[in-house]
Amino acid sequence: MTYSQRLRAQKRLDTDSLMNWLARFSVHIVLILLSLGCLLPLVLIISASFTDEIALTRFGYNLIPAQFSTTAYELIFRNPTVILRAYAVTVFTTIFGTISALALMAPLAYALSRPDFILRKPLSLFVFFTMLFSGGIVPYYILMTQYLRVQNTLFALILPYLVVVYYVLILRTYFAALPAELIDAARVDGAGEFRIFISIALPLAKPALATIALLTALNYWNDWTTALYFIRDSQLYPLQYMLYIIQSNAQAMQLQASVGNISVGEIPTQTARMAMAVLATGPAALMFLIFQRYLVRGVTLGAFK
Amino acid sequence: MDTTLNQSNRTTSVASSERNRWAMIRGHKFRRNLVWLLMSLPALLWILVFKYLTLFGAWIAFTDFKVRRGVFGSDFVGLDNFRFLFATDTAVRATINTIALNLLFISGGVIASMLIAWLLYEIYTSRLTKFYQTMLLLPRFISWVVVGYFVYALLATDNGLINMLLRNFGLEPVSWYNTPQAWPLILLLTSLWSGMGIGSLIYLSGMLAIDTQLFEAARIDGANKWQQFIYITFPIIMPLLVINLLLSLAFILNADFGLFFQVTRNQPLLYSTTDVLDTYIYRSLIVTQNVSMAAAAQFYQSIVGFVLVIFFNWIVRRIERADEPLALF
Repeated sequence: MTYSQRLRAQKRLDTDSLMNWLARFSVHIVLILLSLGCLLPLVLIISASFTDEIALTRFGYNLIPAQFSTTAYELIFRNPTVILRAYAVTVFTTIFGTISALALMAPLAYALSRPDFILRKPLSLFVFFTMLFSGGIVPYYILMTQYLRVQNTLFALILPYLVVVYYVLILRTYFAALPAELIDAARVDGAGEFRIFISIALPLAKPALATIALLTALNYWNDWTTALYFIRDSQLYPLQYMLYIIQSNAQAMQLQASVGNISVGEIPTQTARMAMAVLATGPAALMFLIFQRYLVRGVTLGAFK
Repeated sequence: MDTTLNQSNRTTSVASSERNRWAMIRGHKFRRNLVWLLMSLPALLWILVFKYLTLFGAWIAFTDFKVRRGVFGSDFVGLDNFRFLFATDTAVRATINTIALNLLFISGGVIASMLIAWLLYEIYTSRLTKFYQTMLLLPRFISWVVVGYFVYALLATDNGLINMLLRNFGLEPVSWYNTPQAWPLILLLTSLWSGMGIGSLIYLSGMLAIDTQLFEAARIDGANKWQQFIYITFPIIMPLLVINLLLSLAFILNADFGLFFQVTRNQPLLYSTTDVLDTYIYRSLIVTQNVSMAAAAQFYQSIVGFVLVIFFNWIVRRIERADEPLALF
């Protein structure tokens, strides 16, 4: 290799690594922009909730409050019964629902994961075949309101997410991959099947259970459709549905005001509504951020297939 | 004689203890299976009631449903409900909207998630990857009600962020909630915002499984990043992509109710481009309370959906690799 050839090769390497660096840099820029894009809508709501009501009307929604004010939150906390009630309903359904859901799904998944369970094949078919069809909301609505008669009860809010067949599938796969020797050893030591499930299988499956628990909890926390169909009693409004109600009430008021026959009673101001949205989203976002590693793991488990 | 007796005695005792052991094991086996069955029962009951019993509800579509007379007490009217359903423009429009918008979301979603996966793959060793992933996943876990709130903050006619910007640039503000033709794009962007992060993770895991030596070899041969993507990454994750596409197509008649109901604020002025089967069924069931009509639309959605799932699943089964089962069943 002559000197000039080597020089040229060296130069190409330099430009290569420079190009490489530039490429990586621009990839980071794009990803940072996308991440901001994911976050900005939430910033918009938070900013609006801390903006002075008049300033919001005049200067509009902005990423930074045009005029900082905490009036919206003061307004909510001065008369907190509505939001506290909704909070209580949502917290209760989320906790109670998630625990019950795991108590239903984990044993089923475990049983279906046992190779020497005689009914494994037929029951698996019975369970997983339901992933292919859905009767839809109408028969479900009739079932809930005419036959189970759970409308306007907390049961209506808890029942829908108790069993998610897809989660059962994930848990079953996880249970099936547990080392058989451990279970055999426990059996030799004389442990009963239920005991093995409780004290060996469950602790070993903790990562999968945590993922499913988190997904279920978020399902319950973010649920508003169930209330839309089954809850008319305002005492039982969950958070997200209450947000929807104040939004649609305000919309109706605006419509009336624009028609002319204005009769504005007690509707929360724009900023108060945004503050409510912040208060309702906060815990879910926090839950997400704290436990997000379980979600990323959920992806490897196939939770979002 | 004595010895033979003794011997026969011994064999019987051995045989009986053997039999006992078998009986014990069988007993254990029976008990084990019983325990497993009991463990499954509560969830099985739930599935029976909520997944199988509801199928009988399909009967409502063929009756003139009266609440007081129940599902099987109402008068049978044959296909009348379906005749009414397809005589209205609304149901036809809802079907067309559902399919068109879903096609838009599916194609946009696939492109966006694949590009993001590629970007994440290129810098995967970076410490920031975790942060990007978290941020990109976050939108999926914000309830549609709150998404509706911030879309309103962006699009409100008087003081929304976008109209404020338009005014600053000296342009006419747009009354977004009164402009149906803008909504396919708005809904596409919202749906991408919500779903692209999770969508990308599937492709990313596919890319991470690729042997890096392939890229090394291509680089030595002088292939740039884009060529590497086109000639290595893309062909390898192609099966994953195709299968994802097929499975989304199987659910093309199912719209995301939250997206269409909350983000549009259920604004009737927008129905011409945003009314889909799910919102139509909701209105028939709850607002106009025409249960039979809702049931007919529901039956039609479910049946076509079922046929599509079976059909596309059959295709997926034919193209999937044996070591990597991807079909639903």
